[in-house]
Amino acid sequence: MAQILEPGTMAPEFSLHVTPDQKLSLSELRGRPVILAFYPADWSPVCGDQMSLYNEILAEFQKHGAELLGISVDGVWCHDAFTKDRHLHFPLLADYEPKGDVARKYGAYRDGDGFCERALFVIDRKGRIFWSYCSPVAVNPGADGILQALEEMPK
Amino acid sequence: MAILKVPVTADDHVQGDEDAPVTLLEYGDYECPHCGHAYPIIKRIQKHFGKQMKFVFRNFPLSEMHPNAESAAEAAEFAGAKGQFWEMHDAIFENQEELGVPLLLTLAQTLGLSSPDLRSALMDREYAPRVKSDFLGGVRSGVNGTPTFFINGQRHDGLPDFEELVAAIDARLSKGLS
Repeated sequence: MAQILEPGTMAPEFSLHVTPDQKLSLSELRGRPVILAFYPADWSPVCGDQMSLYNEILAEFQKHGAELLGISVDGVWCHDAFTKDRHLHFPLLADYEPKGDVARKYGAYRDGDGFCERALFVIDRKGRIFWSYCSPVAVNPGADGILQALEEMPK
Repeated sequence: MAILKVPVTADDHVQGDEDAPVTLLEYGDYECPHCGHAYPIIKRIQKHFGKQMKFVFRNFPLSEMHPNAESAAEAAEFAGAKGQFWEMHDAIFENQEELGVPLLLTLAQTLGLSSPDLRSALMDREYAPRVKSDFLGGVRSGVNGTPTFFINGQRHDGLPDFEELVAAIDARLSKGLS
């Protein structure tokens, strides 16, 4: 398992496509908590895969004013199709070119496999990592750790 | 290892011996095919362990994916309020392919419950708070999809099939006896 960035570290800046013609930078979200959820790939063949689960829990994240971003090495068109199919109401970032570049900066890239870990980061309002967790790649980490971190984060 | 944060209480739907040394708890969604697949497996597991295990079911409807999951959960709670939770629970899973409000109303009638009462309970979202409370408790406990099982409060991360669940329960039983 990769060594992911730890709490206290400034979250590395990135600017990635969220739609074919739109990019999102982490710094645009300064002032609100950000949940950055790296995951291996779109189209996991299970009900309630990690992104679909977070989609159901979105209202709980929003109670804390937090912004949820999913991120994988899939391209924008793939994310677009996946978002439509699963009715996702939050952005998916394409860490596609150079492939896995942002995942590497967070220590969440799986060399050899060519995709991201299931790594979660909760970033505070000033852009510092407040909490991070890397789950075994086959285990969907759920959302309990994220919610706990959001609750514990100083307002 | 994810731990169940909401203990089993008298408000839960429980099947089996109250004093059983093992509790198998499922967070499930009535429209989820994997939960439908697990349904007969649970029955086999209950038979296999008899008085040694009790089974608890809590709602975890993934409504964005499964448009009928929430109403099915509310219908089961409606039946539960009238002492027929498990009858409705079983009937829904046994007819999962036809799931929808018409089926729920028919099932209510078959169970001798009032289908007009069920219809208004669904319209008024009478049992929505109960379902929501199950759901949020599940989220806090690390439920990561459906079905998610907990054995004596610990999340089962193995496959939800007969062999793996039985092995995990056996492990818990032998730990309790040693």
